[in-house]
Amino acid sequence: MAMSDTATTSPRPKRPFGTFLSLLWADKFAFVAMLFLLVVIFCAIFGPWLMSDAAGSLNLRGRNAPPFQLDLGWAMILGADSLGRPLLPRVIIAAQNTMMVAAGAVVFSMIIGTTLGMIAGYSRGRLGQIIPRLADVIMSFPSLLLAVIVLYMLEPSVSNIIIVLAITRIPVYLRTARAEVLEIRERMFVQAAKVMGASTGRIIFRHILPVVLPTLVTIATLDFAFVMLAESSLSFLGIGIQAPEVTWGLMVAQGRAYLTNAWWLSFWPGLAIILTTLSLNLISHWLRIALDPAQRWRLEMGGRKNG
Amino acid sequence: MADHLLEVQNLSVEFHTAQGTVKAVQDVSWHLDRGETLAILGESGSGKSVSASAVMNLIDMPPGRISQGRILLDGRDLLKMTDEERRRINGKRIAMVFQDPLAHLNPVYTVGWQIAEIMCVHGTAREKARAHALALLERVGMPEPEAALDKYPHQFSGGQRQRLMIAMAVAMKPDILIADEPTTALDVTVQAEVLSLMQELQRETGMGILLITHDLGVVAEIADRVVVMNGGRIVETGDAAEVYRNPQHPYTKKLIGAAPGKGQMPEEMDRDGEPLLSVQMLRKNYGAFQALKGVSFNIMQGETVAVVGESGSGKSTLARAILRLEEPDGGKALYRGRDLVSMDLKELFSLRRDIQMVFQDPTQSLNPRMTVFQLISEAWVIHPQILPKPHWRARVAELLTKVGLHPEMAQRYPHQFSGGQRQRIAIARALAMEPSLIICDEAVSALDVSIQAQVIELLDGLRREFGLSYLFIAHDLPVVRDFADRVIVMKAGQIVEEGAVRQVFEAPREDYTRALLAASLDPDPEVQAARREARRKMETAAA
Repeated sequence: MAMSDTATTSPRPKRPFGTFLSLLWADKFAFVAMLFLLVVIFCAIFGPWLMSDAAGSLNLRGRNAPPFQLDLGWAMILGADSLGRPLLPRVIIAAQNTMMVAAGAVVFSMIIGTTLGMIAGYSRGRLGQIIPRLADVIMSFPSLLLAVIVLYMLEPSVSNIIIVLAITRIPVYLRTARAEVLEIRERMFVQAAKVMGASTGRIIFRHILPVVLPTLVTIATLDFAFVMLAESSLSFLGIGIQAPEVTWGLMVAQGRAYLTNAWWLSFWPGLAIILTTLSLNLISHWLRIALDPAQRWRLEMGGRKNG
Repeated sequence: MADHLLEVQNLSVEFHTAQGTVKAVQDVSWHLDRGETLAILGESGSGKSVSASAVMNLIDMPPGRISQGRILLDGRDLLKMTDEERRRINGKRIAMVFQDPLAHLNPVYTVGWQIAEIMCVHGTAREKARAHALALLERVGMPEPEAALDKYPHQFSGGQRQRLMIAMAVAMKPDILIADEPTTALDVTVQAEVLSLMQELQRETGMGILLITHDLGVVAEIADRVVVMNGGRIVETGDAAEVYRNPQHPYTKKLIGAAPGKGQMPEEMDRDGEPLLSVQMLRKNYGAFQALKGVSFNIMQGETVAVVGESGSGKSTLARAILRLEEPDGGKALYRGRDLVSMDLKELFSLRRDIQMVFQDPTQSLNPRMTVFQLISEAWVIHPQILPKPHWRARVAELLTKVGLHPEMAQRYPHQFSGGQRQRIAIARALAMEPSLIICDEAVSALDVSIQAQVIELLDGLRREFGLSYLFIAHDLPVVRDFADRVIVMKAGQIVEEGAVRQVFEAPREDYTRALLAASLDPDPEVQAARREARRKMETAAA
């Protein structure tokens, strides 16, 4: 929202997208991370459509086939699982469910948590008292137990997993947003906006949210990994994703039994989780600098030393 | 030259930043003798604190680097000592008092413990240290010193905290006391007390005081010699009175010329007719504490009314209650006959643009994530009827020019400006609303003297141009004397005196007003000496 305003009034009009790219290019780590994420997103969208046949085909001669051998075909390059299904296509198609669950849970919990947290932080009335207690209730419950109970009663499906995981992660955003708003609310520029007659909505979205957001985005990227692993523990218990659907977390869990003789079963999906999380972290770090006018020069001057 | 207590010779300090190397001080030399007070006078960014930091080994290296020079304490070069040796000197032979005592006292320990700690660090037994701490608290004039030992820092007032800091500093009977803006955060009356305490201690122990300040008044009050700094260099040095009377360097002349409180006081204006704002018996309570106990006054069109008083007198609460940033508990505030207090939010919204506010600290009152253009044009986003969108750019440029900034600066962010420029942006933002009343809450207190003068001049010009009225809240009396038409003196939530500027300053009726005036510092050392005398007489008369 701020970008478009700036762009239209700038004396030397820049295209926002061009600025975005040059800022991204300035931080090479973030640039690589962004490329990797684009690949993951591509796999998530088109993977099942391109690869589901290859991923589902059993080859009993190739059970637990080791990686880097081409004699069973290109699909076996990363090895095969205990039923002889090739790992590479499976990692690719698993991206869809994994990303859906993780991104869905993170985005929902972030939106709901932030909204509730900002209301709790900004309103001086009873809402400000009730909402944090709500978070306490959720937090006082072991989140896995909550998930087990809910999924036991509901059908274990991708959407239900998203809902359950989102609920258990809401308090993190709620508490952070509330704490930050409580502090920012008293800052002078918020008072100044009030004096100008700005509406509550404008104060919250235009003045408070941009200051809170970088913190929340950083938490969200960390949460992304947590949610992926939480989903794998649910799947491990049999109430998460149901076969033949597959996720990275589930693949890691399934490979556990074979760790001593076929490490690659868990290794490749695990690597995918690590790289995705790492990329998100690098991007959130870059985003925090790029969004802060007082820090942006670090990128604009060529990104020799940022951090 | 080896007989000086502390001598800094040709000191240069650089800081490595992303924008390149910044030379914080260049080739600075000064010396301090026993029993003498040396003031380093300068505005923000002049490098006045840097040499003191170098003496105390407080410069972070890197990014800082001392590129040349020597610091001699009794003829020994501090810069050649090991860290261990310097730690033994810090606190024991050289002690320091900071601007913000709350930030430098640990909130989780009692003050008795903290004072004793300093002595323990330098090898005194715990029990003995406690007894000594009690004596120190008595010495710095802490009421009920026995009880104070077991209190925590937040239980003291600002002035008392500064006394605590001084007690901690003099605990080891240092030879040198470095005071970095020791009274800037304090009320005028408290400031005078703290300064005189420092002088008394100096007379008793014969220590040398190095005072870092931006305030000519403080220099006039206690300094023997003064070093004037600008842009990292010493521009002038000499006897304090001599430098004031006969400044050599153009910068010093400018600084002294900018000191407020010398202008002609305005004649009382005609106050007939309908007041612009009429505040009647305004009250505000925080629980059992009465912040405003029924305050009434009028502001006429085109008039500047100043509200003065010490911290806690309710002057900021008054401004916030008028603007309904705090809901008042009673009374009326009639703006052109319409009551702001009982008004519903919708009606208040339409009146918002008529009464604007300029805050004390422009660093905080401007949203750091908005450009200057966005900051100023926000007024028209909120109140679209003022100006249609196609005219925004031209009008922002016009407003920026009006407050003395370049129109090209519209795309920059607040952090790219200096403090004075930021306050100009805040004023431009207030003007964008086309208000008829601007409430300035300590609007110039955070600014350097020369910039303060410029901002006051700007406000004064805008008043004449647009017929603006100001409610000018300040603790700095000389500024009020120059700028205001009328003065309201507040104490403990009540108005104790009200009148035209000339009457209040020249013939104050109330003791409290007289005490305030006596405590305020004049930049002229001779005037200050006379005031000191008058204050002493008042104290003896009171006792």
